[in-house]
Amino acid sequence: MTKGLLDIEALDRAEIESLLTRAVDFQPLQTQRDKRLDLLDGRLVVNLFFEASTRTRISFEIAAKRLGADAISISAQGSSVSKGETLLDTVSTLSAMKPDAIVMRHAASGAPHFLARHLPTIPIINAGDGQHEHPTQALLDARTILDNRASLEGLRVAIIGDILHSRVARSNIHLLSKFGVDIVLCGPAPLVPQDLKHIAPGVSITHDIKQALRDTDIIMMLRVQLERQNETNFPAGEYSRFYGLRAENLALAKPDAIVMHPGPMNRGREISTEVADSSRSVILSQVENGIAVRMAVLERVLQ
Amino acid sequence: MAKLLIRNGRVIDPANRIDRVADVLLANGIVRGVGENLPSRGAEEFDATGLIVAPGFIDMHVHLREPGFESSETIESGSKAAAAGGFTSVCCMPNTSPVNDTAHLTRYIIERAKQVAKVNVFPIGAITKGSAGEELASIGAMQAAGTVAISDDGRPVMNSRVMRRAMEIAASFDIPVIDHCEDLNLSAGGDMHEGLASLRYGLRGIPACSEDVMVARDILLAEVTGARFHVAHLSTTNAIAMVAEAKRRGLRVTCEVTPHHFAIHDLEITPYDSNYKMKPPIRCSHDVAAMIEGIKAGYIDAIATDHAPHSVTDKMQEFERCPFGILGLETAIGLSLECLVHPGHITIERMIELFTTGPAGILKLNRGALTPGLPADVTLLDLESKWTYDVNKSASKSRNSPFDGKVFRGRAVGTIVSGELIWQA
Repeated sequence: MTKGLLDIEALDRAEIESLLTRAVDFQPLQTQRDKRLDLLDGRLVVNLFFEASTRTRISFEIAAKRLGADAISISAQGSSVSKGETLLDTVSTLSAMKPDAIVMRHAASGAPHFLARHLPTIPIINAGDGQHEHPTQALLDARTILDNRASLEGLRVAIIGDILHSRVARSNIHLLSKFGVDIVLCGPAPLVPQDLKHIAPGVSITHDIKQALRDTDIIMMLRVQLERQNETNFPAGEYSRFYGLRAENLALAKPDAIVMHPGPMNRGREISTEVADSSRSVILSQVENGIAVRMAVLERVLQ
Repeated sequence: MAKLLIRNGRVIDPANRIDRVADVLLANGIVRGVGENLPSRGAEEFDATGLIVAPGFIDMHVHLREPGFESSETIESGSKAAAAGGFTSVCCMPNTSPVNDTAHLTRYIIERAKQVAKVNVFPIGAITKGSAGEELASIGAMQAAGTVAISDDGRPVMNSRVMRRAMEIAASFDIPVIDHCEDLNLSAGGDMHEGLASLRYGLRGIPACSEDVMVARDILLAEVTGARFHVAHLSTTNAIAMVAEAKRRGLRVTCEVTPHHFAIHDLEITPYDSNYKMKPPIRCSHDVAAMIEGIKAGYIDAIATDHAPHSVTDKMQEFERCPFGILGLETAIGLSLECLVHPGHITIERMIELFTTGPAGILKLNRGALTPGLPADVTLLDLESKWTYDVNKSASKSRNSPFDGKVFRGRAVGTIVSGELIWQA
């Protein structure tokens, strides 16, 4: 099978380190006047977004273009998908147009794996599949952590929120676990099932945010998936009180702890504006690193 | 073929406590006798030396998809798959289109089967009209037309009051009620068993308790109504414990398990391969062990396949979007031998019982034994022959099996229906 990037779970530590190291080379481009390299000149990347996304799609587009590749973005709305075409037919049609890689976001977990099995000649990069994984998000998160810490080893990372439905959490758990990080998952019990502690080594669970935050190096807040609140997983009105990150509970973490969020944020719900905009927040650095990391991924897949 | 004499096979007939090398004489569609050195008297002879000669296997839970979904399966193709799997009789669930909820449709299925089916086909009628779970179907009329049980399989009867009434009426007609036990509020949106694997793959879980609470409810209702209640495709540790307790208390409760529920667990499935998507889902290793223990202990009355063909187009979708169900008829014996008999969990006699007297007794089919006078249905088994299941050569119209390419030891090598050898390996 052609080498794409379907998930973090299957990547070994050396591959992750290689991508994170290479991303460093691309970071300075963000501030240069001439931001374009021609490492992938003449290559075609198709961004196939079956689920609404702005930041990830644009980040991949910019990453491709900065490497000199042509990038075409297609969304499900208005495409043949909305006319009832199957996923396999859509991508088969696109593959006949000979792209060099497909970046895909899809609401169904495993959709990129399904395609990779049936279209083994085109590398597929997972830009987020359902509730499964979002591998480039975990890579950019790791890059952001490493911009603030010497290494991942020995860190204590709290991931707080709706873990059950979060592809960001899954990818981060797999990545951080490979580096021996102490990972604390925290959120309402229906959104943090006990079996999650067996998903990777080094994972523990608490439903008490104070316990999760205590002596923590890195705080990863997750978006409250408002669209799922009708499932009565947790009373929406109480979420902020018990699981929101505010200045007073942030004080429980290490003094130099950083606050991360994959966005989009629900200010006043999972995170207070005061914290989101504080000097501890590296949320915009995450967005910036997204481009460098995705450049590294595209280069790895296409070269 | 008027007469067939099956010579020198190891005859295993649990109903008559026979396990010895003997001959079996079939004539004019009925069993004439079992014994040593039976005179041929003009019968065609079949040398079964080295084979097991068993009563015809019965699969009490299949989906033949006709009428309505003929692109997935027909009565003809499904019966061919049954014959190729060693089954002489199948019971077809009513979730066709239209749903088999009338005597008229029951008669249609029976007549159609007479025209095209290789094996005996016994319809199961719906509990409620359209299997919608609201208004009771005409249970008595369907039974008079040939329905052998009632079930809304594919769906549970969620309304407890409706289920109670159905059981009361079923009890008065002495027809078994087969329930697909699933609390839809607990399983809503689920795609696979809720556990570590579902968390890892980011797929929504179907918790074991969604089955358990309905089994519990139905056992309570069976006690209140005196109905014969049968749990379809039972798959959880707690459900089997409740059935065992109900049996101890003398309630008329029976259950079946499918081969895939004792063959594989959720951590063994190929992620996102829709051939592993079925309801109930492949459970965890703990539940798989409980199924095997339940079979050993005698709590499970029958093995049924829940043969659920779906066209390639329907299955070739994202896991979350494709329909539930897999083929089962042609791999059931191989899986049962591999998972139950070869490891020594049960004897071959017990396995045959689960495919013959078990389902026959639940459905009162007057089959499943080599008793003289019963229909001449026979399954011939070779316990040692190695073979590979190639789903592309399946007699079914569909191809949705997770066992494609699997190498088995032991299989059916001949299927005899009404004294006719209708399939031979």
